[in-house]
Amino acid sequence: MSTFLLLTVTGVGLAAMYFLIASGLSLIYGLMGVLNFAHGAFITVGGYGTWWTSVHVFGGVHSTLLRFLLSGLLGLVCGGVFAALVELVLIRPLYARHIEQVLVTVGLQLAFVALITGIWGPDAKTFVVPPWLHRTTNIGGANIPNDRWIEIATAAVVLVLLQLFLRKTRYGLIIRAGVENRGMVQALGIDVRKAFTLVFAIGGVAAAIAGVLSGVYFNVVGPEQGTSLLIFAFIVVVIGGLGSIGGSAIAAVLVGLTQQYTNYYGSSGIGDMVVVLLLGIVLLTRPRGIAGAVVGARA
Amino acid sequence: MSNRRIVLDWGWPLAVFGLLALVPTLGFSIPKLFDQPIDSPGTLALLAACLLYGGLALTYDIQFGFTGLLSFGHALYIALGAYLANIAITDWHWSFWPSILFTIGVTVVVANILGFVSLRVGGIAFAMVTLAFAQAGAVLALKDPHHWTHGEEGLGADYTKLPKAFVGIVNTKNLYWLALGFVAVVFFVVRWAVDSSPGRVWQAIRENEQRVEILGLRPRAYKLQAFVLSSTLAAVGGIVYMLLYSGSTLTLTQPNFTLTLLLMVVIGGAGSRWGAVLGGILYTYLNDRLIAVGGSSSVQGLPHALRTPLEQPLFLLGSVFILIVVFLPGGLAGLVARGRPSGLRRLEQAVRPGGVSETPVIEPGEGA
Repeated sequence: MSTFLLLTVTGVGLAAMYFLIASGLSLIYGLMGVLNFAHGAFITVGGYGTWWTSVHVFGGVHSTLLRFLLSGLLGLVCGGVFAALVELVLIRPLYARHIEQVLVTVGLQLAFVALITGIWGPDAKTFVVPPWLHRTTNIGGANIPNDRWIEIATAAVVLVLLQLFLRKTRYGLIIRAGVENRGMVQALGIDVRKAFTLVFAIGGVAAAIAGVLSGVYFNVVGPEQGTSLLIFAFIVVVIGGLGSIGGSAIAAVLVGLTQQYTNYYGSSGIGDMVVVLLLGIVLLTRPRGIAGAVVGARA
Repeated sequence: MSNRRIVLDWGWPLAVFGLLALVPTLGFSIPKLFDQPIDSPGTLALLAACLLYGGLALTYDIQFGFTGLLSFGHALYIALGAYLANIAITDWHWSFWPSILFTIGVTVVVANILGFVSLRVGGIAFAMVTLAFAQAGAVLALKDPHHWTHGEEGLGADYTKLPKAFVGIVNTKNLYWLALGFVAVVFFVVRWAVDSSPGRVWQAIRENEQRVEILGLRPRAYKLQAFVLSSTLAAVGGIVYMLLYSGSTLTLTQPNFTLTLLLMVVIGGAGSRWGAVLGGILYTYLNDRLIAVGGSSSVQGLPHALRTPLEQPLFLLGSVFILIVVFLPGGLAGLVARGRPSGLRRLEQAVRPGGVSETPVIEPGEGA
């Protein structure tokens, strides 16, 4: 039972990261039709931004908690600014040319990983976090690492904030309307392009949060970390239904838990296979994903 | 078919491949381009790799450039060819030809099944699903549950079971001819397939899938054909890879491998046979030579900020790729074919989100 509890919390912790990445991917795809491969770069910017500032800017701060929070915050800012720049410089000139937009993000992702490897080497960098995060808390007989709670709580907060933003603000309304029917929004005289940049920045911040949290979860950040997380985020997006935040959240938990349970109760590595199998089943039965009625996938 | 077309379609390629076949007999050296004489094993191995990747890029272009299917999982089939043939020979101690036939048979079955499932969705979702399947393959090869693939070490081929002509450094010229044979076979198969009546439907799907449906044809069946043909040829390429490098390595299974094929095709020009092959050759050559340039004394003398990017071929090639996508969407082949939309521009319809069902909207930036 205690093992089951540990697996469940760890699985949801993993799901938290998948969700943070998938939510941005899903919004960007829903609104703009861009499958954003550069999302992996946003994750890396968040992780490396936090690591670099924690060593070079806040190296003198004694409290590890303060140091982690300050550098993490700067990491998020880096992620958001980088994402907005990518949108403005590379994606915007290619509007209405979806395949070229996708390919540009593919090239960016490959070149970026190479650049990071060139600058800081292929080895992973150790993350400085408050020691409390590495201790465990005993709940129901299970020793659960404390960082899992942070991951879950952060993702939950982001989920609530995103939903509030999408439901209660004017820009949220424009984004939701744009996902449904972009042509109509434009016909009403609203400049959707601002929303495009905004969605990229939001996605970039969310991905950067995932980058920081993955640094906490794995203890290190490496050049390839973003890419490997990205692939599962893609699976989450397809299972959840392209363009749906709620669908992404449900799919993320489903994927995270499935991975943890099967990796433990089956053999190592089988979890990744089962997730792909799950994807196949969802596609065969509901090609549009869990959330259903979104545009994007076609039979 | 007019005489002129026969010459263009068969004469030119035959002449080019014929001339390339003479390369191992050339004794001279080209100083800047190659470190060693043309007929040295080192240079021939590099040229063989270039030709192999030219062929592999063309197999990818069957889906991407000719049918409009953006797959991120092509590496799976190349890896399947390289690993399964190798496993049959090395782990199961089969003899050479049965292993090859078995591998091709299995690939056809696997491509049919996975293609059937992935083609349930179109456009970008198809890309993600193929990526997921390829990732599953990569994990399988890495975790190695049956002790067949040897995980991270890769699987060295049992050379006693391979044909004698393809073993050893003295036989590098045979490997070169093998790679040349592969790219020639793929070239002519694509030539024939694209011109056949299903091949014309593939291109029609690329241009406008909805019209194909209205004509009473089922696009999915045709897309599956293109997918299976492309995947099977890719597996043959994988077998050639296994012979060329006398083994199979994990890099073949990784998603980035498909992305590099995509880079090759786009650099050369999507939907153009010569373009894809040239893209593959050029990319492989540059990737190899840029490593040498990065290690050279002139680059090592540069300041750190300049040196770092120059030492990473993938950074340079990725940047070149972005520039080509933005400024030359027809790729290198698009330089020749002026006038009509070529390369990526022709593919736009195929990956448009919402695909066939979306009503045309005025896009921002279109000057409407």
